[in-house]
Amino acid sequence: MDRLATLLSPLWPVEASTYAGNVDALMIFLLVVTGLVTIGIFILILVFATRYRRRPGHEPLQIEGSTLLEITWSAVPLFIFLIFFTWGALIFFQERTPPRGSAEIYVVGKQWMWKLQHEGGQREINELHIPVNRDVRLIMTSQDVIHSFYVPAFRIKQDVVPGRYSYTWFHATRPGIYHLFCAEYCGTMHSGMIGDVVVMEPAQYEAWLSGGGATGSLATTGQAIFQQLACNTCHRSDTQGRGPNLAGLFGKPVVLEDGRTVIANEDYIRESILNPAAKVVSGFKPIMPTFQGMVSEEQLNALLAYIKSLSQPPASVAQTPNLQSPGHEQQKPKVQ
Amino acid sequence: MSTAATISAEREHYLNKGYGIRSWLFTTDHKRIALLYLVTITFFFFVGGILALLIRLELLTPAGDLVQADTYNKLFSEHGQVMVFFFLIPSIPAVLGNFLVPLMIGAKDLAFPRINLLSWYLLVIAGIIMLHAMMVGGVDTGWTFYTPFSTAFSHTSVVEAGISIFIAGFSSILTGLNFVVTIHRMRAPGMTWSRLPLFIWAHYATSIIQLLGTPVLAITLLLVVFERVFKLGIFDPIRGGDPLLFQHLFWFYSHPAVYIMILPAMGVMNEIITCFSRKRIFGYSFVAMSSIAIAVFGFLVWAHHMFVAGISLYSALIFSLLSYSVAVPSAIKVFNWTATMYKGSITYSTPLLYALGFIGLFTMGGMTGLYLASLGIDVHVTDTYFVIAHFHYIMVGGAVMGYLGGMHYWWPKISGRMYPESWGRLAALIVFIGFNLTFFPQFVMGYLGMPRRYWQYPAEFQVLNVLSTAGATILAVGYLLPMVYFLWSMRYGKIADANPWNAVGLEWMTESPPPTFNFDETPEVTWEAYDYGRVPPQPREVAVEP
Amino acid sequence: MTMAACRRSPGRLPLSHSPTAIEHEHNPALQHHFADMDQQKKAAALGMWLFLATEIMFFGGMFCAYLVYRYWYYNEFAAGSRSLDLKWGTINTAVLICSSLTVALSVRAAQLGKRKLLVILLLLTLLFGLVFLGIKGIEWKSKFEEHHVPGVAFNVNDIMHEYPQIPIDPQHAQVFFSLYFAMTGLHALHMIIGVGLFTFIAYYAYKGRYGPGYYTPLENAGLYWHFVDIIWIYLFPLLYLIDRKPLR
Repeated sequence: MDRLATLLSPLWPVEASTYAGNVDALMIFLLVVTGLVTIGIFILILVFATRYRRRPGHEPLQIEGSTLLEITWSAVPLFIFLIFFTWGALIFFQERTPPRGSAEIYVVGKQWMWKLQHEGGQREINELHIPVNRDVRLIMTSQDVIHSFYVPAFRIKQDVVPGRYSYTWFHATRPGIYHLFCAEYCGTMHSGMIGDVVVMEPAQYEAWLSGGGATGSLATTGQAIFQQLACNTCHRSDTQGRGPNLAGLFGKPVVLEDGRTVIANEDYIRESILNPAAKVVSGFKPIMPTFQGMVSEEQLNALLAYIKSLSQPPASVAQTPNLQSPGHEQQKPKVQ
Repeated sequence: MSTAATISAEREHYLNKGYGIRSWLFTTDHKRIALLYLVTITFFFFVGGILALLIRLELLTPAGDLVQADTYNKLFSEHGQVMVFFFLIPSIPAVLGNFLVPLMIGAKDLAFPRINLLSWYLLVIAGIIMLHAMMVGGVDTGWTFYTPFSTAFSHTSVVEAGISIFIAGFSSILTGLNFVVTIHRMRAPGMTWSRLPLFIWAHYATSIIQLLGTPVLAITLLLVVFERVFKLGIFDPIRGGDPLLFQHLFWFYSHPAVYIMILPAMGVMNEIITCFSRKRIFGYSFVAMSSIAIAVFGFLVWAHHMFVAGISLYSALIFSLLSYSVAVPSAIKVFNWTATMYKGSITYSTPLLYALGFIGLFTMGGMTGLYLASLGIDVHVTDTYFVIAHFHYIMVGGAVMGYLGGMHYWWPKISGRMYPESWGRLAALIVFIGFNLTFFPQFVMGYLGMPRRYWQYPAEFQVLNVLSTAGATILAVGYLLPMVYFLWSMRYGKIADANPWNAVGLEWMTESPPPTFNFDETPEVTWEAYDYGRVPPQPREVAVEP
Repeated sequence: MTMAACRRSPGRLPLSHSPTAIEHEHNPALQHHFADMDQQKKAAALGMWLFLATEIMFFGGMFCAYLVYRYWYYNEFAAGSRSLDLKWGTINTAVLICSSLTVALSVRAAQLGKRKLLVILLLLTLLFGLVFLGIKGIEWKSKFEEHHVPGVAFNVNDIMHEYPQIPIDPQHAQVFFSLYFAMTGLHALHMIIGVGLFTFIAYYAYKGRYGPGYYTPLENAGLYWHFVDIIWIYLFPLLYLIDRKPLR
C-alpha cells in the first residue's frame, strides 16, 4: 500500500500510520469495483446509443421488464455493498479501539488554535511531537465551538466538541512532518487552525522531551491544582471525607445515589467537577460546589491526569476504604 | 419564422388569457404559477452561481487574497443556503411539477390552487428576507448552522437567515401537500396508479418527504432562533444543552432533503429516455417502487453525516448499513434506464443528451456515496472536498441536468415554441465538460486531505484548485446559453404543435401552450404508461350535457 | 361561468351513485377545478389530514428534545414540573376537552341543519379557547414573577431550597424551562390561530353558509382544533405530571 501511495503521489496522500494502509486498501478496492461498474454502465450506454440509434427499418422492441433481472441487479449490488460495509466497519472498529498502554496526549481546540498537553507536562500550540512506532491516544475537548482534529497522513479525524471528551488514536509509522487540519468549520480563521504533527525517531524524541521547559508532569500540575482549589479537604485519602476517596477510582464502576452504576471515565470526572449535582455517589450528600468557570480545559486535563495517576492495579471499587492513599504516588520516570 | 402575433391571435391559451401584472400576481392557474416560480428560482440560481464564482476565484491561489476570511465564510454559507433552499428544493417540483402534474393526470388544476399561489409568495417573501440578511451582515454559519457556533458565537444575521428558511420550508410543505392530494384525488377516469407516468410517482415520493421532513427543519431552526434571541440552552453545552442534538434534528430533515432534490430529476429521466428511445420503460413497477423506497429509506440514514461527530460505535454501524441499503433503489433505476435504451430507436435530442449526462454523472456521484457510507473511508474523507465533489456530482451533475433536460423537453408545451436544437446540444456538451472539470479534481483534493470551507490552503493543493476554477468558468457559460436561447425562442423560435416529440402522455394531448383549464374535454385513459408500442388512441371524451 | 359552459366533467367513474350526482346545477361552493362536491370534500379532508401530519412532525422535534433531556436531567425536570401550577393545568385540560366536545357537536349541528345551535356551539368553542389562553397567560405571568423564565434573570434557588436533598443543577433546570416555554408557547400560538379560524367559521355559520349540503370548512377546522387539543393532552402529563408523588 505504501509503495502504491508513493507511486500515485502527488495525487495520493502519504501513508504515515498503521491505520492509513488499511484505509487505502479499502479505497483501492472501492475504486476498482465501482470503477469497473461505472465504466461498464458507460460502455453499455454508449453502445446502446450508437447501436440502437434511429434508423429506417429498425423498430424498437417493446420490453416490459424482467423480474429475474431486477432481482439480480438488486441482490448483487446489495451483496457487494455488504462487503463494503463489513470491511469499512472492521477498519472503524480498529480506529475506535485504542490499544492499552497508549501514551496519552490531551488536546484542547479553541478558536483558532490547537493546544496540546503531554503527560510529561510539555505543552505545544499547533504542533504535536510524537515518537514513531508508539501507540498514541488523544483525549480531546473544545473550549468554545465544535472543531475537528484531522491528520490526513494518518487517515484519522475526530470532531472536538465543547462539553465532552472525544478520543482518537494512531500509531505513526514513518518520521516526518504531516499536516494537522481543523476539519469542522469554526469561524473566521477555521482555515488558519492548522499545524504540524512531527513524528520523530526515538532518540530525537527523547532529546525533544528533555529540551522543552516542562515544569513537571501533567499529573503533578494536576495535583497542585487539586490542592490549590482545596479539593483535598473533602476528597481525603480516608473514608472520613465529605467526598469519595479518589484513589483507584479511575476506570472503575461507581454506584450513584439513584441506583445507577456508571464507569468513572474521563467524561465522568470532568462532569463531576463542572456539574457535580448530575451524578452523586451513593452514600454522599450533594454538597460539592461546581467549578464551572474556575478551571480552564487545560487545568481540567491536568486534574484528569492526576486522578488517573491515583489508580493502581488490581481493580477495586471506588468505595472500598482499604486503598493506598493518594499521597503514595506511582513513581513516574521524570525526564528532566 | 412566424411571429408571436400569429399564435395568440388564433387561440386562447394560458399565456394570453389576461394580460397585465395583476393577472399574473393573482393567478391561480398552476401553469402561470409554474412560470412565476421559473423566474424566481432562475434569479436565485444566478445569486448562488455568482457566490460560487467568487468562491472559486478566491481559491485560485492558496493565500486568502481576494476577499477577507469573514467574507469568504459568508460566501460559502450563502451559496449553500441560496442554492439548496431557493433553487434546488423548489426547482423541478415547483416549475415542472406545478406545470405538469395536473396535465399528466388529466386534471384541470392542482387540488388547492390558492395554496399553490401562497406557496410561491412564501418563497418570494423568504427570498427577500434572505437577500436582506445577505446584504446586512451576511450569514457565516455554513448552510448547516452547527451549534454552538450559530447560537452563541457567530456575529452575523443568523436569526434572519433562520426565519427566511423557516418560511421557505412552508412553501415546500404546501407544494408537497398540494401534489399528494392532487395525485390521490384528481386523476382522470382510467388513470390508475399503475398507468401514472413515473414523473408522477417521483413527485409523489418527493412530496411525502417534503411533508414529513421539512417541519423538523422548521422547528430546529426555530429553536436555534429562540436560543440566539432568548439565550436558551437547548443546544449550547455551556447552558446545559447538547450540540449533537442539533445535528441529529438538522440532519433528520437535511438528509431526506437531498432526495427531494434528486427524485424529481429521476422522474424527468423516465419521460425523456422513453420518448427518445421510443420504448416503454423497462420494469415500470420496480422503478415506481424504487421511488417510494428511496423516500422511506432516506429517512433512516441521517447520522451518516455524523460518523466522526461523537456518536457511538453502534449507532455508526447501524447508519452505515442503512446507508448502503438506500443505494440499492437508485442503482435499480440506473439499470432500468440503461435497459430501456436496449433495442430502442434513439434520437440524440438535447433532452436525451442531458439525460445521458445525468445517468453518467449521477452514477459517479452515487458511487462515491458508497465510499462515504463506508465507515473506514468516511473518517478520512468527511469534511473534505471529497464530500463537496460527491454532492455536487449528484445535485449539479444530477439534479440540475435533470432540470435542464426537463426544461428543454417540455419547453414546447410551456411556451409553444421550439428552442434551437443545435444550440441546445452545444450547451449540453459545454455543461458536461465544464462540470467534470470543476468537480472531478475535487475528489482527488479531498482524498489528499484538503478540508472544506477553507479560505486559504496549503500550496500543494493549488494545481487542482486552478483546474476546478477553470471548469467553473466553462460551466457558467454552459448555464448562460440556455437562458439566452430560451428567451430568444419565445419570440423567434419555431412554433410548436401539440406533440412535437410524438411522445406518449396526457400532457401531449392538448395544445402547446395548453388552454387555461388544460383540456377541452376530460380525457379518459385506456392505455398503459409509455405505450410507445402503438399509436395511442384518441382520448375518449366524457361529456355530459348540462 | 354560464350553465352551458360549466360542463360537468366527472373526474372519476362511475358517479351515478354519488349523493351529489343529482345536482346538475352545481353547489355554489363547488370550485371548478373539481368534478363534483364529493371530490372537493375528499380533497379538502385529505389535505387537512396531511397538514396535521406535518404538524405532528413539527411538534415532534420538540418532543424529541424533551425526551432526551428528561432522560438525562430527570431530577431537574421533575422539580421543574412540580413548580408548575397543577390546578391551572388541570382546568386548562378540562377546558380544552370541553371545547373539542363543542366543536364535534357543532359539526353535528351543521349536518342536521340547526343553524342557531351551530352558532351557539361555535361561540362556546371560542369562549373555551379564550379561557385557555387567558389561563396560560396567568401561568406564564407567575413563572415570570418566580424568575423561572430562561435568560439573564433565571433563578431556581427557590426550587433548590424546596428540595435540598435532591441535587439540582440550575443549567439543567433552565433546559426544562426552555422546553416548557417553547412547547407551551408554540401550542398557544396554534390555539390563537385556531381561535382566529373559528371566528371566521362562526361568522360564516351565522351567515348561513353551512348546512347539510356543505360544511367542509367547519369539519376541517374542527380537525385542526382537535389536533391542537391532542397536542395539549400530551403536553399536560409530560410537563405537569412528571413526578407528583409525595416526596419521601
